[in-house]
Amino acid sequence: MMRLPPFTYLAPRTLGDAATALAEHGRDAMVVAGGTDLYPNMKRLQFEPKVLVGLRGIRDLRGVRGSAREGLTIGAGTTLSAVAGHPEIAARYPALATAAGLVSSPQLRNMGTLGGNVCVDTRCNYYNQSHEWRKAVGFCMKKDGDICLVAPASPRCWAVSSSDTAPVLWSLGARVRLVAASGERTVEVSALYQDDGIAYLAKQPGEILTEILLPPADGWKSAYLKLRRRGSFDFPVLGVAVALRLEGARVGEARIVLGAVASTPRPADVAAAALVGERLTPELIARVADLAAGPSKPLDNTDFTHPYRKKMTRVFVARALRALAGLDGSGRPVEEVA
Amino acid sequence: MKTRISLTVNGETHEVLVPVHKTLLEVLREDLGLTGTKHGCELGECGTCTVLADGEPVLSCLALPVELAGCEITTVEGMARGGRLHPLQQAFAELGAAQCGYCTPGILLTAQALLADRPTPTRQEVKAALAGNLCRCTGYTKILDAVELAALRMTGGSRVGDRR
Amino acid sequence: MSAERTQGGSSAGSARAIDGGRFGRGAEPPSERKHEFSVVGRPLPKIDAWTKVTGETKYADDLVLPRMAHGKLLRSPHGHALIKRIDAARARALPGVYAAVTGADLPRVKFGILPVSQDEEVLCTEKVRMVGDAVAAVAAVDEETAERACRLIDVEYEPLPALMSIEESLAHPEIRIHEYGDGPNVHKSVALQFGDVEAAFAKADLVREDVFYYEGNTHLPMEQHAAVAHAGPDGKLTLWSSTQTPHYVHRVLAKALDMPAAHVRVVATPVGGGFGGKTDPFAHEIVACHLSRLTGRPVKIALTREEVFYAHRGRHPVLMWLKTGFTRQGDITGCHIKTWLDGGAYGSYGVASTFYTGVINPVTYKMPVYKFEGARVFTNKPPCGPKRGHGTPQPRFALEVQIDKAAEQLGLDPADMRRRIAAEPFTKTANHLTVTTTGLVECIDRVVEASGWRAKWRGWRFRAPASPAQPVLGEASEGAPEGGARRSEAPSEKKRGVGLACSAYLTGAGTAIYWNDMPHSGVLLRADRSGAVTILCGATDIGQGSDSILAYLPAEVLGIAPKDVHVHPADTSLTPVDLGSYSSRVTLMCGMAAIQAAERLKTVIAKAVAGKLEVGPGELVFRDGKVGAPEEWDKAVTFARAVELAEAMHGVLAFPGSYAPPKRAGKYKGGGVGPSPCYSYTACVVELTVDEETGEVELHDVWIAHDVGRALNPLLVEGQTEGSVYMGIGEALMEGQVFRKGVHKQPSMLDYKSPTTLEMPEVHTILVETDDPEGPFGAKEAGQGPLLPVPPAIANAIYHAVGVRCDEVPIAPEMILKGLERRRQGKAARVGPEKIPVFKFKEPLVVESAFGQPAEAIAVRPFQS
Ligand SMILES: Cc1cc2nc3c(=O)[nH]c(=O)nc-3n(C[C@H](O)[C@H](O)[C@H](O)COP(=O)(O)OP(=O)(O)OC[C@H]3O[C@@H](n4cnc5c(N)ncnc54)[C@H](O)[C@@H]3O)c2cc1C
Ligand code: FES
Ligand code: FES
Repeated sequence: MMRLPPFTYLAPRTLGDAATALAEHGRDAMVVAGGTDLYPNMKRLQFEPKVLVGLRGIRDLRGVRGSAREGLTIGAGTTLSAVAGHPEIAARYPALATAAGLVSSPQLRNMGTLGGNVCVDTRCNYYNQSHEWRKAVGFCMKKDGDICLVAPASPRCWAVSSSDTAPVLWSLGARVRLVAASGERTVEVSALYQDDGIAYLAKQPGEILTEILLPPADGWKSAYLKLRRRGSFDFPVLGVAVALRLEGARVGEARIVLGAVASTPRPADVAAAALVGERLTPELIARVADLAAGPSKPLDNTDFTHPYRKKMTRVFVARALRALAGLDGSGRPVEEVA
Repeated sequence: MKTRISLTVNGETHEVLVPVHKTLLEVLREDLGLTGTKHGCELGECGTCTVLADGEPVLSCLALPVELAGCEITTVEGMARGGRLHPLQQAFAELGAAQCGYCTPGILLTAQALLADRPTPTRQEVKAALAGNLCRCTGYTKILDAVELAALRMTGGSRVGDRR
Repeated sequence: MSAERTQGGSSAGSARAIDGGRFGRGAEPPSERKHEFSVVGRPLPKIDAWTKVTGETKYADDLVLPRMAHGKLLRSPHGHALIKRIDAARARALPGVYAAVTGADLPRVKFGILPVSQDEEVLCTEKVRMVGDAVAAVAAVDEETAERACRLIDVEYEPLPALMSIEESLAHPEIRIHEYGDGPNVHKSVALQFGDVEAAFAKADLVREDVFYYEGNTHLPMEQHAAVAHAGPDGKLTLWSSTQTPHYVHRVLAKALDMPAAHVRVVATPVGGGFGGKTDPFAHEIVACHLSRLTGRPVKIALTREEVFYAHRGRHPVLMWLKTGFTRQGDITGCHIKTWLDGGAYGSYGVASTFYTGVINPVTYKMPVYKFEGARVFTNKPPCGPKRGHGTPQPRFALEVQIDKAAEQLGLDPADMRRRIAAEPFTKTANHLTVTTTGLVECIDRVVEASGWRAKWRGWRFRAPASPAQPVLGEASEGAPEGGARRSEAPSEKKRGVGLACSAYLTGAGTAIYWNDMPHSGVLLRADRSGAVTILCGATDIGQGSDSILAYLPAEVLGIAPKDVHVHPADTSLTPVDLGSYSSRVTLMCGMAAIQAAERLKTVIAKAVAGKLEVGPGELVFRDGKVGAPEEWDKAVTFARAVELAEAMHGVLAFPGSYAPPKRAGKYKGGGVGPSPCYSYTACVVELTVDEETGEVELHDVWIAHDVGRALNPLLVEGQTEGSVYMGIGEALMEGQVFRKGVHKQPSMLDYKSPTTLEMPEVHTILVETDDPEGPFGAKEAGQGPLLPVPPAIANAIYHAVGVRCDEVPIAPEMILKGLERRRQGKAARVGPEKIPVFKFKEPLVVESAFGQPAEAIAVRPFQS
């Protein structure tokens, strides 16, 4: 049986206590929320923290506040099931409800949190393996080694950002609140990530993500499409998040963010810009989809071949746009598009 | 280092002295002798170890008992009440929904949570609810049939008589 | 007895019909039977269902013994290396460690499941041949300590080049994985010819040559292998293990531990899924025993999921070249197949697997002339072995896809073509196998009818533009595609298609794994004064329900309830040998043995009761828990009373039953693999949608008709069929045991893709009954055969939907897109292997074809009376 390595578990009741505990134990400590990402990684000895600071006991981290009109605030400890099933999120930020509802399996969504999903470790099929396996193939720089097995000539790690909600939150213009013993700050989700498989979060280890702040939903439509082998369990190997604000029949503002094709969610800004001021015609959609595929640069370290994931970027962007334009009719099942 | 933890399982409260890094799966099986909870990966990838925490299906291989203090845990051993099988257990037995039986406890509990939430689910809803439980034997067909049969009986339908 | 088919009230259409009494009740019993069946044919719960749904069933890892230690194996990180030095001293020094051992501490013997391939070491001493080979082991106070101790064992390796494919192994004869075999890195090479294939091709109107590839895949039972060993102070050893073959494990333990077999007991615990993956004896079983002897404690070793991928013995990757001649009407004139199997690092069942890629092919259709050449090649990967369908799904895929191609060229409906060429009952095949009953034609008719095949196949058909490279027969006469039916012109990117395929599979291998004249299955039946009957049998229940069959059949014979039968399975000290749960042999073989024992008991009881009631024993009927004469049923005695009368007359009532298959092996070298008492037949239609933009395949419905001879319990047969469909779907669309940089690419439940509820279509199971004279109450197998037609039916449906020929599984979306792209470029829309290895098979053994010869209805069997 795969077992956890030993650690000390702290169960603070307040955010302050948690931040203090983190500061106190420094590099030895890690935060754990649902544990659905961290515990498997620990069992494979990818992380061996001496101290775990559990966030479950902190009531303030749970729940959804505010309204779509003023903007919603979602506690980082809210489970993915709760996010997916929240009526206002489902109605007004449908891409987020969709993405949360497509994470892994029902059981994992009951345990995993939105905060954990935002912070979820990057993945690579040379990395998410047991200690023995990694030893057999040669350790990589993300843990115990010093090269990247996907791109051996590269100085950096190419593990893949594999969160379903991250590209969506980015496309929605969400911000996150980070709290540390030394103080707190609020940053754009777009500023939370960096394109490095190891240092994928622009966050200090002592900072706890406490809330996800969604801007007012008025006028916005959103969609999320996910590519994976099976309808359950599997991480995205491509995620397409599109958010549009329509002004009449024309696009007022647009964001397209791609998930799981780099070490960070990757915005397709050129493509999004091409939408602004235009009507969503099939021709425009085709052109924008082509443009959006540009920033999609997957490597061979997930399920499916990387040329396929690249190719599907265009198809999925087009389908998401068609769905938002009401041009569906031949796209993915409607439940996955909102 | 061991920690004293109080766990409520199937309505009984147990005080256990275990290392804090032992998962609920390990504590149930190795400390409480409740081996009805099975495991197929211990990494959250198969659903075999599913138990209910306050009625919600969770994976015992990724849950720590310290995190569940105060929760009501239900394992397969807690499904039958006073010697009477849960209608799901009855239906699974009657329809041959358990072949090797190894995935069965996890699936029964997941289904129990579904029926508590949605007493008359559609087949698609049953499929969606059980999408996190792998079974290698049955092709799921008889499992879906059995959940539907149990739902029917629990809501007063009587398509098939008791065949035990 | 004739080959007349009884159409038992099969569950026409939906397998979701859950009303009782669909089967058996409506079936006309053969005239010699006095009454309707009371147990056979009824959808009863399995006898172990109740413990399974309550979590009470104790699987191997659920066992805990006092003072039990936990063992762990240290495995090689190298695919191919010499072991220079192993030092376990640091491990031994770790607190909590009871013992740490290497191969040097064990008897220097090699073992293996087949006598001809004794090539495995319990713990490798000189050389490792794959990542995952065990080199040392530890027993400790708990699993964590054992694992930590393993990491303290120092092993010095001298790496050798690892050969990771058939091509590499053949290209490097200078690097030898094993020293034995039929050539450098060739484990086994077979060549058999029945009749003159070249002459047969010359007679054909159409000759097709195709190359196919079937990727390897694994069983992935939900239960990870586990074993608990206990060496007692009396010097005797007991092993509880999650195994499908306790008898073979028993033999190997004695050999590998150098102990008298008489002092070894093996108990198979209920198996949490096997599918062939727990059919070999494994290092962890032997090591647990050895560690227990060393420490004087019970020792448990439970494999992790990753280790299960290394234990493997799953589906061989097979590359196939297939050449078949067809007449204009669709008849096969002759067939020639070459197969190359990637065997992995050890022999396992590989010799049998190699034969099975060839010898079962002629059973499905009339194939007057046949030639088979096969070679199994060693590579530095986990060894392949038997997985559901053992060696036959791969060539079945090739044959059924090729027939689909031929049907198109000949302008024939693939269902009609197959119906026409279906094997004849009670005849011999070219390679001297005896076909008894066959329900194939009925199976085809039933799935064609249930699926609405005719309308869908005609209406939806995709017609590829004729490729100039291939002659298209019949196309001219058929003319252009039906007007407007080409859905490639429809606006949607989702295209629907249907595909059909058929198959046949053996009901138990006709020969044992080691040559002997003893029964293949035996039972001991004991009647108790309480009225209960106890049956002891070596068979192992792996979920298929063999324990229940052992209760149903004596209950049927003795007129008692299955609940009155206690079943004690799979304990080598208590139960007569049954060879194991493999090759679909259990229901037939232990079933026949159980019936024989029950009949013997019945005879004795009848004699005693006849004396008491003063009637002739022949007049007595056993029914409803009573024994009596039908005319004077009020005087009938209870079964318990009948037992007392019999015991008073006869002494202890304990009767053996033995079964060995009829000796029908072809009289040529190699003729021992393939014969079976009877063969099951299956036909399958798949309906699916292909998304032309993404290449994704969505399955909607599978109609599958299976000739099971007789459904002893329709629920169990349906369950086996549905499970087979599931596994076939996984193999066709997503499962693959793939390697990269010398290691298994995805040894986890997340990355090895097993379909979930969301990938599973509705399965409509139709059971066809042929009442085979060889089977218990006419039953044939159901556990493996129904898998076979599923992958080719899917490939054929994909072609039907979008015109892309996938000559390789698993069929990934990328492959379909590639095929579509090729079509756009004006090339043949085919994806699959492009070339075959450079390999010279040995001269074939030429034997005359026995095709079409009449076969005896019932061959004489050993132990028959
Ligand atoms: C089989 C399997 C399949 C999965 N499939 C998917 C999938 O399809 N899509 C997907 O997106 N994810 C998937 N996951 C990953 C994971 O389950 C989810 O991302 C989940 O949302 C993580 O949340 P958690 O609360 O469990 O995180 P945890 O495991 O508790 O934490 C994850 C990481 O985030 C950090 N962290 C957590 N909360 C905070 C916080 N508030 N502040 C600062 N740091 C924090 C932790 O230190 C840790 O490094 C899968 C996991 C498994 C095991
Ligand atoms: S054991 Fe597989 S999910 Fe827990
Ligand atoms: S019944 Fe065997 S895994 Fe589900």
